Amino acid sequence: MRNIWTIARRELAAYFATPVATVFIVIFLVLQGTLTFNLGNFFDRGQADLNPFFNFLPWVFLLLVPAITMRLWAEERRLGTIELLLTLPITQGQAVLGKFLAAWVFCAIALVLTFPFVIAVNILGSPDNGVIASGYLGCLLVAGAFLSVGAAMSAVTRNQVIAFVLAVAICFVFAVASNPIVNDFLTHTVPALGEFTRRIAIIDRFMNFTRGIIALRDIIYFATFIGFFLFLNTVLVDQRKAD
Amino acid sequence: MSEADVLIEIEGLTKRFGAFTAVDDVSFSVSRGEVVGFLGPNGAGKSTTMRMLAGFMIPTAGHARLLGHDVQTDGVAARRVLGFLPEGAPTYGEMSVTGFLRFCARIRGYSGGELADRVTYAIGLTRLESVRLQPVETLSKGFKRRVGLAQALLHDPPVLVLDEPTDGLDPNQKHEVRALINQMRPDKAIIISTHMLEEVDAVCTRAILISAGRIVVDATPAELSQMHPSGKLEDVFRHLTVEETV
Repeated sequence: MRNIWTIARRELAAYFATPVATVFIVIFLVLQGTLTFNLGNFFDRGQADLNPFFNFLPWVFLLLVPAITMRLWAEERRLGTIELLLTLPITQGQAVLGKFLAAWVFCAIALVLTFPFVIAVNILGSPDNGVIASGYLGCLLVAGAFLSVGAAMSAVTRNQVIAFVLAVAICFVFAVASNPIVNDFLTHTVPALGEFTRRIAIIDRFMNFTRGIIALRDIIYFATFIGFFLFLNTVLVDQRKAD
Repeated sequence: MSEADVLIEIEGLTKRFGAFTAVDDVSFSVSRGEVVGFLGPNGAGKSTTMRMLAGFMIPTAGHARLLGHDVQTDGVAARRVLGFLPEGAPTYGEMSVTGFLRFCARIRGYSGGELADRVTYAIGLTRLESVRLQPVETLSKGFKRRVGLAQALLHDPPVLVLDEPTDGLDPNQKHEVRALINQMRPDKAIIISTHMLEEVDAVCTRAILISAGRIVVDATPAELSQMHPSGKLEDVFRHLTVEETV
């Protein structure tokens, strides 16, 4: 546990030592603000909730989260520091978890910085803050899911651009899997696949959280999702560390 | 020499990349008080052997043990007794020298005052005082190498595996590192790889010459120099490795 935290702290400090952190947070806030206020009709709707904010968030994360994770392993391999890290007395699982945790804490910091939205709706009306809290929990879980995909893809290659593109592509598949267009098409052509994609889709689960529903099966879904990709990450690191 | 003093054991270590055999059935052991110079032309398999010894690369066949801990099956325990300087001495560039060493010390289980002591010890040993607060990426090649060395020596490990520890250092720094290795020799088993032959005379008690993945010679530096009529290590090296690779 201590080792995981030590690695996570170093990794988190590395985000803030480079412009990555600032650029990410600024772009994230600008993008979320623009989408919520302009495309989401935040004011015209006349409702005191954060639905416009939550509706756009997974798509913004889809694009930005792989940018946080792309360097996690690819950079270590390119610079050779992976040889240093993995010859310290830690297990590979600890290294994988530490890096994932750092990225997750970083996303949590970015989410915390969206607090003006919460203040705004509370000034303008009386929203159900329980639903908002549940929505934020959903955001954190979506971030975790995308991060776990991104971290695993970063272990596939030493090229950060490839890691980014692979991660966006895979996250996109999980994001659109429950989209009616995709789903209707699949249900008509391959019925079995239609059912399957609905079950593995991320957005529907996330939407439950934004409606204030925290269901155990959704929590289990995210835990399994993240667990699977972290396991895949460990296997990939083990396989490819010395290539 | 007693059994307990054998700190590094390598048995039949082999690494293949597809059809290419990088390391071919390498076996040797190193006892406390020995400094083994690992010699060979570039691409002979020195770094690959050291990576397997550090548990970083998975061997195709064979075993390596550090103080009896198998590097594959009991990796964390094996790496705890190991100080490893990877090829090129990679370090996290954005961290300060102290920050980087503190990270390594924390991973090695130190905390509080003891952690600060270990970092001060490593910085003193490798003469990094003047740059301790600088980011590693701003340092010269020689300093970077010493940061890597400081990281390997931080926990005063019984086993040291150093891949080209003096590469890129100026003659004075080379001298200091060699003096350091000589000073640490009595309580440690040390393997250093090098292609600078004068290093063998300067620090090694034993030389292992490897060519095309196989051990060609395992002898003392004195024995090695007698393998060619001229008595020069350089000629021995050429004689043994050129013949092998042709």
